[in-house]
Amino acid sequence: MSKDNEILEELTSREYEHGWSVDYEADEAPIGLNENIIRWISSKKEEPQWLLDWRLKAFEQWRKMDEPTWANVHYPKIDLQSLRYYSAPKQKSKSKKISDIDPELLKIYERLGISLNEQKRLQGVAVDVVLDSVSVGTTFKDTLSKLGVIFCSFSEAVTEHPDLVKKYLGSVVPATDNYYAALNAAVFSDGSFCYIPKGVRCPMELSTYFRINAANTGQFERTLIVAEDQSYVSYLEGCTAPQRDENQLHAAVVEIYAAKNAEVKYSTVQNWYPGDKNGKGGIYNFVTKRGICAGDNSKISWTQVETGSAVTWKYPSCILKGDNSIGEFYSVAVTNNYQQADTGTKMIHIGKNTRSRIVSKGISAGKSQNSYRGQVQVMKRATNSRNFSQCDSLLMGDQCGAHTFPYIDIQNPTAKVEHEATTSKIGEDQIFYCNQRGISSEDAVALIVNGYAKEVLNQLPMEFAVEAQKLLALTLEGSVG
Amino acid sequence: MLSIKNLHAAIEGSPILNGINLEIKAGEVHAIMGPNGSGKSTLASVLAGREEYEVTEGSVTFKNKNILELSPEDRAREGIFLAFQYPVEIPGVSSTNFLRTAVNQVREYRGQSPLDAVKFLSLMKEKMKLVEIDQKLLSRALNEGFSGGEKKKNEIFQMAMLEPTLSILDETDSGLDIDALKVVANGVNQLKTKDNATIVVTHYQRLLDYIVPDFVHVLYKGKIVKSGTKDLALELEAKGYDWIKDELSGATV
Ligand SMILES: Nc1ncnc2c1ncn2[C@@H]1O[C@H](COP(=O)(O)OP(=O)(O)OP(=O)(O)O)[C@@H](O)[C@H]1O
Ligand SMILES: [Mg+2]
Repeated sequence: MSKDNEILEELTSREYEHGWSVDYEADEAPIGLNENIIRWISSKKEEPQWLLDWRLKAFEQWRKMDEPTWANVHYPKIDLQSLRYYSAPKQKSKSKKISDIDPELLKIYERLGISLNEQKRLQGVAVDVVLDSVSVGTTFKDTLSKLGVIFCSFSEAVTEHPDLVKKYLGSVVPATDNYYAALNAAVFSDGSFCYIPKGVRCPMELSTYFRINAANTGQFERTLIVAEDQSYVSYLEGCTAPQRDENQLHAAVVEIYAAKNAEVKYSTVQNWYPGDKNGKGGIYNFVTKRGICAGDNSKISWTQVETGSAVTWKYPSCILKGDNSIGEFYSVAVTNNYQQADTGTKMIHIGKNTRSRIVSKGISAGKSQNSYRGQVQVMKRATNSRNFSQCDSLLMGDQCGAHTFPYIDIQNPTAKVEHEATTSKIGEDQIFYCNQRGISSEDAVALIVNGYAKEVLNQLPMEFAVEAQKLLALTLEGSVG
Repeated sequence: MLSIKNLHAAIEGSPILNGINLEIKAGEVHAIMGPNGSGKSTLASVLAGREEYEVTEGSVTFKNKNILELSPEDRAREGIFLAFQYPVEIPGVSSTNFLRTAVNQVREYRGQSPLDAVKFLSLMKEKMKLVEIDQKLLSRALNEGFSGGEKKKNEIFQMAMLEPTLSILDETDSGLDIDALKVVANGVNQLKTKDNATIVVTHYQRLLDYIVPDFVHVLYKGKIVKSGTKDLALELEAKGYDWIKDELSGATV
């Protein structure tokens, strides 16, 4: 008992390590949300008319929509009119070559431990960096373009590859899919675009690093990944934000399109500022992520390690349309202090012999609330589809909550759907056992938590698995007396 | 090496240990016996530093240090090892990873540099032979799904890896088949030096045929009520505890 309380107290003492911000000259939209702002953003980005129309249509629809309230999260109503929808560091050069980026901006990333110098980069990882509303640069572009792989900022894709963007934008997450997706469609400012041509196995990890720096600014980015027949790509996103007393809104959209025999692996290490120990500040992370296995034998795999954000609302999903297609969702979500997470997935089986696998590991500490919400839907045509779901919750202390909301809808009698759920506590017994072998309580918690999350962490690309392990340990650092 | 003086300990207000006195010198083996619920595991837990137990009176010094002031991990790093009566399972954490963390934290405390992977693995190999433990067991998650006997063996393996100065074996023999008992006893004996000491908590004289104690103590209602040599264990085996209880009530009435 008393030890548990000590655990909780200590737990709250950790400082967020990416909480600093820097000053730079910015190009900003006026505060507020209306049609003119949308036109302002679109013209700032010199967008074609069709895209402006697409935005305006989304905005029109959005105005008729209500903020969703079904998620198990509670926060004061966000005043969307008080936010700024565009803020971009002023850059002297328009070039997106890393060598042309303002050195001051590069320093931000150096400080985050992300070297954009191609020589110093981890071998085999290309990065697009998004600061506030815009992409500031992409590495390894030349190497990739030799293979026909397009990896660039969304804005650049609109200019350079308008047909591709036009074809796929909104094809997986329609502009009016839900409240936040519609808002994103109206005001999104940048993001990453990635196209893997037929038969190409992308030789390096592609990654986007998102950083919110500006205050009082919402971040709305879009990522679009298109994998043509027989192609493969592994993609990773990471993110951090300064420590601020106000909450900040992040409402992103990710769309993945996988054609015949294509495979896309999408990994997220989410470390937005979670707010302080009293629940002040932090990012509202309201994200729509969806992939479609459009072609037969295609595969989309989502892996997420969620440690940050004050409130998370996020359900990376797979539409298994192609026969024999496979959808996977591997998730570790850690909440501490007053964080709230409502996260999970949707697996929609449409094609025959489709398979899905869900492994969700929640870890709750402090006074946080952690919910898994998952839907498995098997449509009439989806004969012989299979789903396996494993939802585990790990509790630290007795002031946090873990909840599981599985929804299962089966319209084909040949489907096989299995759901397993467990709830456990990090036992004092386990910690004491480790202590007795000379292991400090902090390292004991790290060991236990990493062991618990192993199945998910194993899915991450090697370079990032280590980072993720450290992050998990860090999030729960000081968690024991 | 270890000096326990008038040790009283309670859990949630109810006293369990009621004035234990025990002196252990380097090179000695002490057996502690006693009926169920007499406080044997409690004594082991108090020595290891389990926080639920409140020490209400008395002192414990180990290598001239007041260990009651030390955290459980520091006591372990000082060289106290407890082979648990009920080892816990830690899902997803391999024994190898667990032990590497443990060994290196102990080494750090002692000012030694951490063992690299190669050195660590060769140390594992060496110790595995000593307790005849199967490598496969060690690549699995720590104690997860281990049989009762496998867990006990793994405790002794960990002891071998950590090379403690004082080992407390809490009913390590319970749940072991006869062959495993010999293996474990053999391992313990091989680890014995003139510089370390062992406390063996057991209900059965049989173990003491293999690990021969210098002293045997009987714990009853939180007190050591009788001490003797190996013969005392034989006597207990033959007669049970009633005669001691009778002797005691005779003495106090
Ligand atoms: N957490 C606890 N809460 C309440 N009572 C406890 C607790 N732990 C131990 N006790 C009590 O303390 C007494 C001593 O227990 P202990 O486990 O030390 O006995 P033991 O001598 O090891 O017995 P055994 O031979 O059965 O292993 C028992 O009566 C037990 O019920
Ligand atoms: Mg016991």
